[in-house]
Amino acid sequence: MILDPLQRLGKASLDFFERLGRGHLFLMYTLAGIPGLLLRPRLVIAQLYSVGVLTLLIILVSGVFVGMVLGLQGYNTLVDFGAEESLGVVVALSLVRELGPVVAALLFAGRAGSALTAEIGLMKATEQLSGMEMMAVDPMKRVVAPRFLAGFLSMPLLAAIFSAVGVYGGYFVGVGLLGVDDGAFWSQMQAKVDLHEDIFNGVIKSVVFGFVAAWIAVFEGYDAVPTSEGVSRATTRTVVHTALAILGLDFVLTALMFGD
Amino acid sequence: MQNTRSMEIAVGLFVAGGLAALFMLAMQVSNLSANISSKSYEVTAAFQNIGGLKVRSPVTVSGVRVGRVEAIDYDTKGYEAVVTLRIDDKYDTFPEDTSASIFTAGLLGEQYISLQPGGSETDLKSGDRIHLTQSALVLEQIIGQFLYNVASKESK
Repeated sequence: MILDPLQRLGKASLDFFERLGRGHLFLMYTLAGIPGLLLRPRLVIAQLYSVGVLTLLIILVSGVFVGMVLGLQGYNTLVDFGAEESLGVVVALSLVRELGPVVAALLFAGRAGSALTAEIGLMKATEQLSGMEMMAVDPMKRVVAPRFLAGFLSMPLLAAIFSAVGVYGGYFVGVGLLGVDDGAFWSQMQAKVDLHEDIFNGVIKSVVFGFVAAWIAVFEGYDAVPTSEGVSRATTRTVVHTALAILGLDFVLTALMFGD
Repeated sequence: MQNTRSMEIAVGLFVAGGLAALFMLAMQVSNLSANISSKSYEVTAAFQNIGGLKVRSPVTVSGVRVGRVEAIDYDTKGYEAVVTLRIDDKYDTFPEDTSASIFTAGLLGEQYISLQPGGSETDLKSGDRIHLTQSALVLEQIIGQFLYNVASKESK
């Protein structure tokens, strides 16, 4: 009787580690399926369309608005110190280092990750995956690997587009509406933003986030309980776990890159 | 078939757009265009006090940016800060007796090194040391001297 809570705790921990182990084995099988895709690039292109191109709109719109808000808020703070010429630095550094990779990854999880999970989960629930196995088609290679690869490739591109569009959003508000000097905006930005320190590190972040987001999305779908409720739970888990993983990883990566 | 084609075109546009965004970030936002000329040479200068000078701070002559601070070190024998300056090869005709001073951009701005060319016939070469240097102004020292002057005047 008194051991019941203890038993539940033990079961929960064992389940957690079992899932973690399954997730890693799943990742290895997925990665093993990627070389075979070189022979069939069409599978990846179809997924790049649904994962990357269809996510583009939300990335563009959010990027512009995030950049505009940064321009507005940054201006209000900097103008008190007579330093509104540094607006370009503020906008570019916040976007390239943090907001670009992180917000793009969160949007990616909501728009593309959930769709991937639901699609694979429904394939499992309607026994399409087992059907493929019956026909000696490996669903890991045919279904999972192209989706994973497409997510992994799309994410850095989406993050770069987000940052670039955001910089122009900040430029529009700062220079266009609030009257910051055009030349100072760009020249201060170019003087303070470093190619290696800031831009490459931002790209590395988005590559890591793309890997994690794509991994979680396809794994949750493949691991879903094959019922309609199971698929809906898996979709929710994808969004929540991806968001948590990205925010946690972002702190670790920031501490490693810009810590000293 | 038409469907596949338009989808592939869309993917192509997406990839091209992403790469263009990366390219724009590299060229327009970062300092890549500033240090694109890779040829440069290094000279060193020793200062009593470098104040808030940092690696990558600008090096200017008459206000024109000619290079940047490559490294900052402390010489334990001479008790001085040794600053390595990397100067663009375009500007390789500074006289040997050029002097270096640390100035501040604006009242609270960042610090930079300003070079004043001297009158010598021979030019600075890579690896040379600039001997005439002027340290950074430290605000606390100036205020201290000012207060000391005021106090000594009043006591007369």
